[in-house]
Amino acid sequence: MNAYMPYVLCTVLFCIGIYAILSKKNIIKIILGVVIAEYAVNLFLVLVAYKAGGRAAIFSETEVIYPESMVDPLPHALVLTSIVIGLATTAFLIALAIRLYGKYGTFDVTRMRELRG
Amino acid sequence: MISENIIPLFVAIPLAGAFLTVLFKRIKGIPDTLGVMASAGAFALSILFVLKMEIGQRIIYNVGNWGGFQEVLGKIVGIQLVVDGLTTFMLVTVNLIAFLVAVYSISYMTRYTEKWQFYSLFLLMLAGMNGVLITGDMFNLFVFVEIASLASYALVAFGTEKRELEASFKYAVMGGIASLLILLGVIFLYSNTGTLNMGNMAKILDSSEEPVLIYLVFGLFLAGFGLKAAIIPFHAWLPDAHPSAPAPISAMLSGVLIKALGVYTLVRVFYCVFGFPEQVSSIFMTLGALSMIIAVLLALKQWDMKRLLAYHSISQIGYIILGFGIGSHLGIMGGLLHLFNHSVFKSLLFLNAGSLEYATGTRNLKEMGGLTKQMPVTSWTTLSASMSISGVPPFAGFWSKLIIILACIERGLWFYAIIAVLASILTLASFMKVTRYAFLGDIRKKLRNVVEVPVPMRIVMIILAIMCIFGGVLLLPGVRQGFLDQAVEVLSGVRGV
Amino acid sequence: MSKEHEHGMTVIVKTVTRLTVGLIFLYGIYIILHGHLTPGGGFAGGVIIALSFMNLDLAFGGSVSAKVFSKGSTGVVEALGAVMFLALALIGLRYGGFFDNFLHPDGDPGQLVSAGIIPLENIAISLKVGAGLFGIFLTLIVLQKFESEKK
Repeated sequence: MNAYMPYVLCTVLFCIGIYAILSKKNIIKIILGVVIAEYAVNLFLVLVAYKAGGRAAIFSETEVIYPESMVDPLPHALVLTSIVIGLATTAFLIALAIRLYGKYGTFDVTRMRELRG
Repeated sequence: MISENIIPLFVAIPLAGAFLTVLFKRIKGIPDTLGVMASAGAFALSILFVLKMEIGQRIIYNVGNWGGFQEVLGKIVGIQLVVDGLTTFMLVTVNLIAFLVAVYSISYMTRYTEKWQFYSLFLLMLAGMNGVLITGDMFNLFVFVEIASLASYALVAFGTEKRELEASFKYAVMGGIASLLILLGVIFLYSNTGTLNMGNMAKILDSSEEPVLIYLVFGLFLAGFGLKAAIIPFHAWLPDAHPSAPAPISAMLSGVLIKALGVYTLVRVFYCVFGFPEQVSSIFMTLGALSMIIAVLLALKQWDMKRLLAYHSISQIGYIILGFGIGSHLGIMGGLLHLFNHSVFKSLLFLNAGSLEYATGTRNLKEMGGLTKQMPVTSWTTLSASMSISGVPPFAGFWSKLIIILACIERGLWFYAIIAVLASILTLASFMKVTRYAFLGDIRKKLRNVVEVPVPMRIVMIILAIMCIFGGVLLLPGVRQGFLDQAVEVLSGVRGV
Repeated sequence: MSKEHEHGMTVIVKTVTRLTVGLIFLYGIYIILHGHLTPGGGFAGGVIIALSFMNLDLAFGGSVSAKVFSKGSTGVVEALGAVMFLALALIGLRYGGFFDNFLHPDGDPGQLVSAGIIPLENIAISLKVGAGLFGIFLTLIVLQKFESEKK
């Protein structure tokens, strides 16, 4: 049971994010949806790499840490990269949202109808 | 034999150009010079690779000089860059179009302020695309896809009008979801195989049996990279995003970005990592056929020239995917050749649309007419690109479409062959419309003062038009072995065809 | 009351900010320089540095932080950081490969000055991230002001 918890948690979070993207009318809520989905994926990446009682993969002079007890450091490096990319995407989306607000005076996507057909 | 140290320069040169452009933005002329020089440098290097690579050669480069550790540890650590026949083929395509577009932009982008931002983002996008092509590491692939995508989101919104912002928002949200799906797929693969290196991954997947998870990864990658490539169920962002960008960027997006981020990644992952299983082949063919026919039908009713071209991009991507989906030697060759030809004629068509907009100030076909006299270069180059995209012999597009259709028939897939022919006829019909409304007929009163576009734009269009006419040369025996055959070898070797 | 108190938040916030902002900045530098020994590094340290500038901006108003770090200079510093990072990678080509650690390839565990180009790259990243993040923040703030002026 416990082994499946990360999968369930991340699937639920991801679905909440996708739901927000698909059904919300407010641009800010759509952006929040993207962020939630993104964090679900990042959380999944961290949880997959979890190891009970694992240590960070850094050697120390004061105590002996065996390589077997270390967690795989690669997913942590990956999740950092992915968070940075997420930061850039989010910042860009928010800048766009502000500009769109300047043009239309609203955050409601149903009132932005320049592109049709 | 060439020095391995050249490989990282494909990413480093455009990146250096992008950041130096920001540093020296105040000096007049520097952004143009750096933009053209960086893309020209990358193009020259890719040509060097085509000339110097031996047949079937595969160069592996260890970033950070980690090669020694690998021998000690017995497994691959660090990121590997891999250049093989397919990579050089794509590198030439991408950097050729990027170089020509950079030259075109010198004149075209004077319409906009802040030219340095354009060149900086353009070079960043080029660096991302080159990175996607040369990397041999799954996560690195994702990072480079994101670099190129982020730059392209910003470039779509470059005009900062209502349309551009809306299109960019739609594109960024859908592109963001696509990236998440790709990342999820990478995570599943990593947790399953314990490596991120593509070559290693392929070996481990080949020997292990865990099909359930693999099918999940198939779905994630198909949706993720399919969204980037705009195959039909995932195409909704393309007809908005591509027309909204400035014309040179439309040419880059339609010409090479969807191929480097979408088609190339799909092909590289499904052929070289998963070994191209049978189910994927039929999915590719179905999606390809759907894209071909639906997109061309949607294109018929468009009056905005760039929007019409954007729908044709989806349709032509359908041909390429169909060719790769067949998976035979002939199919792969047709797909690759069509990929190259499509880069050439679709970027030419978008540059033509840009020239028309530059000269007349409109993109609506109904407001044009009789421009042949005023703009002879634009008119004739548009004609040659239209003939090429519609598959009229002896233009380049004819040969690649012919090979794809022959590959269908060779496998006995008559249904797909008929759809391909039908889509080609409909393409011809819709480009007859472009020619008829934009260039033939009587000239309108308010268009009487229209003059031809500046010289750099003309030169670029003429070069691309010549490539449209003589693109079939690539199939001649002497030329084929060095360029096209090497790329085909890489892919068809996977299936043992 | 001097002139700088006309903008920004209350005196309490300003006093606390004045006391802490330097410490936050120093902590960022500490994180960057120990990036190769302890968790952290260029990105985390850069974010902390950017936060210290944001703190200044929020507490004292835009005019004070613009004197320290204006929007134009964020772009320049960001590009400098990127160019420095790339240059370090390219110098490695001369010695054995892209990103080759040419200064101190093997390293001594636990020693501060022992990791060759890695601390230098951390500094480059922190310049890029700190200036970039603060630039993003300034861009969003400026846009907001521009919107409220229009109404």
